[in-house]
Amino acid sequence: MILRELCDAIGVSSGEDAVRDLIYTHIRDYVEAVRVDALGNLLAVRRGTGAVDLRVMAAAHMDEVGLIVVGYDSDGLLRFRAVGGIDARILPGTRVLVGPERIPGVVAWAPIHLNSSEDTVSIERLRIDIGVSSRDAAQNAVERGELIAFDSRLVELGPTVRGKALDDRAGCASLIALIQGEPFPFDLHVAFTVQEEVGLRGARVAAQAIKPDVAFVLETTACHDLPEDPDEPDQTTITRLGGGPAITVVDRSMVSDPRLVRFLAQTGEREGIPFQFRSPQHAGGTDAGAIHLTRGGVPSAVVANPCRYLHGPASVMNLSDFENQSRLLRAAWMALTPAVLERD
Amino acid sequence: MPLDLTEHLKQLSETPAPSAHEGPVRAVIQAAWTPLVDAFEQDGLGSLIAVKRGTGPEPRPTIMLCAHMDEIGLIVAEVRDGFLRTEKLGGTDYRALLAQPVLVHGRRVLPGVFGAAPPHMSRDRKKYPPASELWIDVGLPADEVAALVRIGDLVTFDAPFVKLRGERAVGKSLDNRASVAAVTVCLDELTRRTHAWDVVAVAAVQEEVNLAGATVAAYQVRPDLAIAIDTTFGEQPGVNDDVSFALGEGPTLGRGPNFHPGLFKALRQVAKDHEIKLQVEVLPGHSGTDAWAIQVSHAGIPTALLSIPIRNMHTPSEVVDLRDITRAGRLLAAFIETLGPDTLAQIAWKLPRDNAKEERTP
Repeated sequence: MILRELCDAIGVSSGEDAVRDLIYTHIRDYVEAVRVDALGNLLAVRRGTGAVDLRVMAAAHMDEVGLIVVGYDSDGLLRFRAVGGIDARILPGTRVLVGPERIPGVVAWAPIHLNSSEDTVSIERLRIDIGVSSRDAAQNAVERGELIAFDSRLVELGPTVRGKALDDRAGCASLIALIQGEPFPFDLHVAFTVQEEVGLRGARVAAQAIKPDVAFVLETTACHDLPEDPDEPDQTTITRLGGGPAITVVDRSMVSDPRLVRFLAQTGEREGIPFQFRSPQHAGGTDAGAIHLTRGGVPSAVVANPCRYLHGPASVMNLSDFENQSRLLRAAWMALTPAVLERD
Repeated sequence: MPLDLTEHLKQLSETPAPSAHEGPVRAVIQAAWTPLVDAFEQDGLGSLIAVKRGTGPEPRPTIMLCAHMDEIGLIVAEVRDGFLRTEKLGGTDYRALLAQPVLVHGRRVLPGVFGAAPPHMSRDRKKYPPASELWIDVGLPADEVAALVRIGDLVTFDAPFVKLRGERAVGKSLDNRASVAAVTVCLDELTRRTHAWDVVAVAAVQEEVNLAGATVAAYQVRPDLAIAIDTTFGEQPGVNDDVSFALGEGPTLGRGPNFHPGLFKALRQVAKDHEIKLQVEVLPGHSGTDAWAIQVSHAGIPTALLSIPIRNMHTPSEVVDLRDITRAGRLLAAFIETLGPDTLAQIAWKLPRDNAKEERTP
């Protein structure tokens, strides 16, 4: 299961190497012009039949949110900060792997017997325990600036999976599947990007190099379709698990190109592939936010797997949604022509 | 075969057994103790009572070692739309459960997770969410969940035992499986030593709810001396130094009204004689351990408390120093070896003698 390999691999933003190597082994036999750019993006071309004259870019980000070592306490505990968006409230007691040696550690939490405050402990005050008991021992084991990942393995729950980094290894897995399938009518310029979680950094330079006419981003997006609290004014779930891949209409980073949104929805309806629209009411952005602003502007769209408990060690994603992400894009790409992008 | 402490503790830690549901861990402990003891007894609540007979003349006095084997957990309180709301079983800390993996013990074991809103939408990050907003997600359709999970089903932490740097390890339920492992170390040591007294090792149930196991086990065993073995707070940020103890500096020996001063001194002396690191833990009242219940069984039992410092108590990620477990086990064995026909008299309370003159006579 490629999804399992990808999710269990560690690739916190700027440390995507293991994920990149893994993806390369899965696409090398299908692509040409493979290269790694200055930021670490993995770029390649999946040759098409040549029937359609469009430069099409498809992107999925390789990086995941994590933590980074910033210092040591005299008792050997590590100080850290977040890399990407992490809610500090999920960290107490969380298992982590520190640095390139994947040293096991745990976010310490004062016992409930002696600590009962409901006020959130900020990330600056949390510490990671790797088992050493002095500053020297900590410094010998771990360098400042080393990245820290959640220590979590993918578990199949039935129709769903639980694991870390589904955002966006699920998108990477879908893009790999699309590359490995039948060629498309056009050359597909694929970008497995770095540093999405810290500001869409990789996608920007990838798009600047690829110079696409149109771009599709394969993402994993938030979902919070839990039982509703009648006193809670905001009942938005963002997406619903099992409702099909989510097409973004608008998010914090972009208004999707309406022609592409319409085209994707029509494709889903025509082919009987379930899809849903992501609620526009919540934060979050994707690589498309950077791509659509490159050069003279690139019509862009996002198709995303709904995923609960995003940016944590144990997110939950529906496998049908995941499979339908690549099905919807395959059907759309097979039908994609320059006419889709003609202005009314 | 020599005892592999790390492997033993891993098995103990990863076995799910919240209060009143200790069956799985009782089986693990019984298997580990069977080659080390002479007989097992039962009581009415399910504690495992193991007897290792001494070499002294009958009737032999008895020392009871008591380590509780139950763990904190959760029980399903509501099933709604395929999600599960829980209540605590023991002193579980919901603040350390957001986004954490769990196991739901329904008609089959279901891996799940405590749902945490993503940072994209959490509105108030200044407080931890109340228990009423915490739902477990087992990733199954609502009708399947309704068929597989009932109110009252158990929920335990899905947290592997992992070795850390040095001699430390992290795992769930090290409170109090670390102490059970210390008793195993002691029983293993005793197979290579002679002891005059009978030793009764109790893996007690239901400490985390109300000390129920120790209360009735002490009544049934009716020991002459008792030592409870539990965990105590390890030094860590956010915890007062007065009530926490360095990991790796030895177990702690309780001192205060819950403990017999003579027994305290005798244990401390044995640690000194054998150069076993030991810290003193001052407990001004209720120790919050089985020792509190044992001390007042029958006509009163001289009781001591040996504790192993752990960090992050009552989270899925308790941290222990393995050397402290070995030290606790060795100290218990060394102390048991010293027990003789005069021990009780030596530690007993003494009244002032009537004839002071006689006392001065050589």
